[in-house]
Amino acid sequence: MTDRRTPPRRRPNSNPVNDAVNKMSIRSRTPSLFRPRQPIGQHGLTDNRSLVDDINRRGVLRGAVSLGALTLLTGCDVSEDEPVQKALRAVSSWNDRVQAAIFRPNHLARTFRPSQVVKPPRFNAYYDIEDVKPIDGATWTLELAGRIEDKRPWTAQQIYQVAEQEIIIRHICVEGWDYIGQWSGPNLRNFFERVGADMTAKYVYFICADDYTESIDMATALHPQTILATKYAGDVLADPFGYPLRLRTSTKLGYKNAKWIKAIEVTNDFRETFWSKQGFNWFAGI
Amino acid sequence: MAPPPQPSAQRQHRLHPLPLRVMHWINAVAIFIMIGSGWKIYNDDVIFGVLHFPDSVVIGKWAQYGLQWHFFGMWIFVINGIAYLSYGIVTGRFRRKLFPISVREIFVTVGDALRFHLSHDDLTHYNAVQKILYLGVMLAGIVIVISGLSLWKPVQFSELANLFGNFQTIRLVHFLCMAAIVGFILIHISLALLVPQSLVAMLSGGPVVDDGPPHTAPAPTEFESSQ
Repeated sequence: MTDRRTPPRRRPNSNPVNDAVNKMSIRSRTPSLFRPRQPIGQHGLTDNRSLVDDINRRGVLRGAVSLGALTLLTGCDVSEDEPVQKALRAVSSWNDRVQAAIFRPNHLARTFRPSQVVKPPRFNAYYDIEDVKPIDGATWTLELAGRIEDKRPWTAQQIYQVAEQEIIIRHICVEGWDYIGQWSGPNLRNFFERVGADMTAKYVYFICADDYTESIDMATALHPQTILATKYAGDVLADPFGYPLRLRTSTKLGYKNAKWIKAIEVTNDFRETFWSKQGFNWFAGI
Repeated sequence: MAPPPQPSAQRQHRLHPLPLRVMHWINAVAIFIMIGSGWKIYNDDVIFGVLHFPDSVVIGKWAQYGLQWHFFGMWIFVINGIAYLSYGIVTGRFRRKLFPISVREIFVTVGDALRFHLSHDDLTHYNAVQKILYLGVMLAGIVIVISGLSLWKPVQFSELANLFGNFQTIRLVHFLCMAAIVGFILIHISLALLVPQSLVAMLSGGPVVDDGPPHTAPAPTEFESSQ
């Protein structure tokens, strides 16, 4: 198809990523909203190590027995029973289809004013902010795979050269909290046009540097408010929020917005993702 | 010669016809699932700092299980709820049982209730407070669905979500509807236990009633004769 012919990629003259990296290195650690000011004291455990070990040895069997009894008594969680979990996941898959059916491809989420933006953004991951492993923007590349014509990897320099789209949208976490964030970076549909992605494919997979995986349906990928974000509130993304590249879409719960993306794959094969494997809803639309 | 038609025979039925009883108990299960799993979801990001539902009363050991139950239960609650409301409107049950509500009767009933003088001998007639409670819980049920849809799809159903304001306001409305329904359930179950024949009636159908002109003396019933 001729409209998928890839235009020659422009080679940047300036080096915004190196600027960004330099800026990052002089930046102090992210303000410690999420970090305890004092480490938690461990002396209680170390001072009484032998006692703790002794209790552990004696208590293990009794603990196991009473835990089992407790589970029976309280009917602790039938959700984990194989047939129940299978049924609940079947309903969750049905809900995926319902959500895809009610998705409005060109219906825009509400946007906000820059003065409403929360800085810094709220951190979320399956581990603590302390355990974020920063990515070296100078050596990072974005790999492309699957139904994409031009699979040449992109360097951060190249990605940061692409025209940006800015969206100020609400981030909603599955837990119930929300905040307004200001994100900018290449529009995903434009990026797909540029690399010749098959936009009739069903899914877009994101493989992340922290072994996280996430995927979205193609309709969401092509939504006008879906971008590959490189900046927050006008500044290059800080490490905890996905530097150098993350997904930001206005129509999904927070966990669908993959951070620290290292590869994008366009495919027709459905594969479970980090959270869907554990039973969270896959579509997770809002 | 055919026997003459009996107009009143058409209007005679059990106090709680079978479809109504089935819907009532399906609703009971759905509400149980929705509240227990809703409390689990609430615990992940509490609205009121002091309020955290103990693990022993929530449904789902982990967040994803609470979510799975909630988004399973919603189908039962909504489909059954629509069936129930349609039934109540189409058969005229709501009109007969819940209206009219006299303002004077509200004061009288509240006064009686405070002096423990409430009479429950006639299951077929709802007093003004009962009428308000039933209408109130139906309203809470409708608002909890609208706010629930707004929480689930604040972008796709933005027209609904905009009725409430920001996302946390929707959560608060959803929570307050839950609190109202829980309050209703506490009163409802307490009264059902105090007046056990009302519970029996919701299982067996209760006395035969005649939908004649309102406020006529009800026909003698099996319950009255047995007392």
